[in-house]
Amino acid sequence: MSTALLLSAFVISLVALAFFIVAMIKGWFDPGARGAEVIFARDEIGRTEDPAANAASRHALQAGADAGAAAPDAAELESRAQADRSTATVTFVFLGCAVAWLVAASLAGVTASIKLHAPDWLGAHEWLGFGRIRTLHLNGVAYGWTPMAGLGVALWLLPRLLKTPLVGANFAILGAIAWNAGLIAGLGAIAVGFSDGMEWLEMPWQVDLLLVAGGALIAIPLVLTIRARRVEHIYVSVWYMGAALFWFPVLFLVGNVPGVHFGVQQAAANWWFGHNVLGLFYTPVALGTIYYFLPKVLGTPVRSYALSMLGFWTLAFFYGQVGAHHLIGGPVPGWLVTLSIVQSMMMIIPVLAFTVNMYLTMKGRMGALLHSPTLRFVAFAGLAYLASSVQGSFEALRGVNTVTHFTHYTVGHAHLGMYAFIAMALFGGIYFIMPRVVGREWPWPRLILAHFWLSAAGIAIYFVALTVGGWLQGTAMLDAARPFMDSVALTLPYLKARSVGGTLMTLGHLAFAAHFAAMVLGLGPTRDGAPVFGRLEARNA
Amino acid sequence: MRSEKPLIAGAISMVAVAGLLLVAIPFAQLKDIGPPKGLHPYTTAQQRGRDEYIRQGCLYCHSQQPRDRSQAPDGERGWGRPSVAGDYYYDKPHLLGTMRTGPDLLNIGARQPSVDWHLGHLYQPRAYVPGSIMPGYPFLFDLKDRAEPGERAVALPPGTVPEGKVVVAQPRALDLAAYLVSLDRTYPAIEGGQP
Repeated sequence: MSTALLLSAFVISLVALAFFIVAMIKGWFDPGARGAEVIFARDEIGRTEDPAANAASRHALQAGADAGAAAPDAAELESRAQADRSTATVTFVFLGCAVAWLVAASLAGVTASIKLHAPDWLGAHEWLGFGRIRTLHLNGVAYGWTPMAGLGVALWLLPRLLKTPLVGANFAILGAIAWNAGLIAGLGAIAVGFSDGMEWLEMPWQVDLLLVAGGALIAIPLVLTIRARRVEHIYVSVWYMGAALFWFPVLFLVGNVPGVHFGVQQAAANWWFGHNVLGLFYTPVALGTIYYFLPKVLGTPVRSYALSMLGFWTLAFFYGQVGAHHLIGGPVPGWLVTLSIVQSMMMIIPVLAFTVNMYLTMKGRMGALLHSPTLRFVAFAGLAYLASSVQGSFEALRGVNTVTHFTHYTVGHAHLGMYAFIAMALFGGIYFIMPRVVGREWPWPRLILAHFWLSAAGIAIYFVALTVGGWLQGTAMLDAARPFMDSVALTLPYLKARSVGGTLMTLGHLAFAAHFAAMVLGLGPTRDGAPVFGRLEARNA
Repeated sequence: MRSEKPLIAGAISMVAVAGLLLVAIPFAQLKDIGPPKGLHPYTTAQQRGRDEYIRQGCLYCHSQQPRDRSQAPDGERGWGRPSVAGDYYYDKPHLLGTMRTGPDLLNIGARQPSVDWHLGHLYQPRAYVPGSIMPGYPFLFDLKDRAEPGERAVALPPGTVPEGKVVVAQPRALDLAAYLVSLDRTYPAIEGGQP
């Protein structure tokens, strides 16, 4: 029975994958390689774009590319400007909420981190106990910052990619209100001790209904806009984001449905959700972000559009089945764990497809990293995706998992994915988008630089500390000759280093939030005015 | 891709396959596993204590799944035999856990059956385990001049409580201790059987 199940799972996955690869090669879905060019207007290839860069950087960025003699099609640029205007308000609402949640969740995270090496600090406050504040941090990031930022970027991006104004933006604003109301209620519930008691699914299910309703409302304009599209080819970012928006409600509903799951089966469902929300919601949204901004900033279409299709479909087929690697060695059916381990290793395919593609696109243009803040964040995120995903694949192997499973090593890995990859990609997108939304440049470019380096240094310290500390913790726990307390005591210096890394990241976020607020409120120096396309470039030329 | 149809078809079939494999089939396979003979349902007080365990987030640092000898020396540490699916028959929600910042607790009641120890340890872990990084839960207790009749004063090591005061356990601390003491799956795992 188990062997048959395992075999059929692999056969189904491989057949499906073969089908999609053949379809892609034969061009059943696709008019040709021109698909990669839909993010540009006619004669726009070769023109770099980064609204987050100052005038000097924009010149330097353009100097590395060769634009054609012909000016980009003015009508197409105008229609893109129209698309941007249609999303300005709704994007601002989502990104504003995202920044607020980012700051709150960061403070909660640092508090939790410090409490792990100073356990009596603030010990008299029940809602600040480690078990609560850690959970507030996770939920603030998982349901506050990341989806608000990701959906904000998606709402801004889709009309651009579909070359039509956003239809039904007010549904999304209503959805954002419901979502945030639900999240405030959910975090409040966790703070006072009402929790469903499962990681990633703590918010009481009654509150989850608000998030489901909010998510459905947010999906309405996306569906309407896709239907109203004026573009022949649907760009790869739209697949990632569209699929993510479809997958999330399914996962969230199945994971949260009360009264059905039981005992060990509930653990399997719990981790089916827990890992899929990473793999089938945050990851595709962040990948869609990178697939747009990296080529857009460089003024070059992605090198191999076929590779991007391979990456998408392999992600879709393998990622959904990796969740049970969280239960290796646990009291669950063996075939389930084996399945997840194999599919975890298969994840190397989409990751390599993505990385090779991005590398080929950037090849010979690495100098652009010096001039474009957006590209710096986005390229960092792409590298982190490679690192975290390959690390995750190997972490699923029994030999490695035995050491790392119950340790801080896993926490380090989670932050490499959620932060170094996903958050950094979204930061990059937001830096590009906000000047278009507000019609004003970022007041202090140096603050963007400070944010980048604080975040990069912070996550580097965080990751190295927990990876080393977690591995040592794991080897100590496996050594029966050593008392358990050894595995606790030896982690202390690494936990303190984690607090340092987390503090640096939080300082970066405070700089980002202050910059965001100043930009919106019209504070700070005005340099070049609004870097709306065409206008500025024409003036500088 | 000209049309969104292959995208929709692919996205639906993929999530359906994943849900079938990781949710539906385990559901069908595990639903008929009954409780082992030695396992009893939680009493009301124990269940309330279990809820308190969730409220305080104990699960984020303590697993409840001893591993097999081939994988980890859990048995030698006194954490119990490898658990089986039936051991969790009465567990809703599951509390398997993913971290061992502290030790596994599935059999904590067997290796530490003293309610007094648990109460004191919950009040101030470092009074019992030097170097522990577990948070104390002083808000589950009241600091009083003397215990009223029917209240449970906690016996604590000297130096933990201010001079002339006693620490009285609130009902939820007593429930939590009752739950911890009830955690004992040392009976033989025959009926559970690894599926």
